[in-house]
Amino acid sequence: MSGSQELAVREKQELAQQEEKTMPGRYYVPAADIFETDEALTLLLEMPGVAKNNVDIQIENDVLRVEGKIDSAAYKDIEPVYTEYNVGHYARAFTLSNKVDRDAITAQVENGVLTLTLPKSKEAVPRRIAVN
Amino acid sequence: MALFPDPFDALLGLQNALDAFRRSDWLQSSPSAGGSYPPLNVFRKGDDFALVAEVPGIKSSDLEIQVKGRTVRLSGSKAAKYPEQSSVHRRERLQGRFDRSITLPIEVDQDRVTAECRDGVLALTLPRAERDKPRSIRIG
Repeated sequence: MSGSQELAVREKQELAQQEEKTMPGRYYVPAADIFETDEALTLLLEMPGVAKNNVDIQIENDVLRVEGKIDSAAYKDIEPVYTEYNVGHYARAFTLSNKVDRDAITAQVENGVLTLTLPKSKEAVPRRIAVN
Repeated sequence: MALFPDPFDALLGLQNALDAFRRSDWLQSSPSAGGSYPPLNVFRKGDDFALVAEVPGIKSSDLEIQVKGRTVRLSGSKAAKYPEQSSVHRRERLQGRFDRSITLPIEVDQDRVTAECRDGVLALTLPRAERDKPRSIRIG
């Protein structure tokens, strides 16, 4: 009860689409964490079932768009008998401020969590001024 | 994290814990680990069953799987760590511990169970025990 907390289940949220998709299939909103340090913003997105090479990240008009595709081939030839969640692709977009150095963004995927590091541009990094 | 333990915080923790258990079916004929995380799906493939659960961000070493008879138990903890001196803008990923068990309608051959965790999805293959399989009887 105290100390570490019991994990609760959060329903997957289906994506409210802003534009039409040309591929059939449901999209879900990945849960996201965003934290900031002096040098960079870090974005963590939970996309279980998305392999490294099925993640698509694009920046267009200051919007960072992340899309993760799941591989449904593993679900072939099996029939569901009891279900609690649905599976689908993931998509989410974030608006970037101009303080992010767009060319230095890096991404990695581990255990179904995509980590995006958005380094701040030079003007945005805080400068410490020593008192003489 | 607060500098002093907050009595209201403790109350909220208790209330959340009670809430979580009010919704559980602990006193029904189910195993005692009453958690509801992780969400899981059960599939059938011929005679055998497969259990699939979404466990993003959980290391294989933080995940414990036990199988006995008809019962599968998943327990472990999930951590979402941030570096010190960072300010958190958004926090949607949950963290904490979990302990859940489910009872299957078949008896599982626990020696042949295999587990695979890839891209945050845990997949357990649960072969049906030989003695639990139905036998067809020919009319003589």
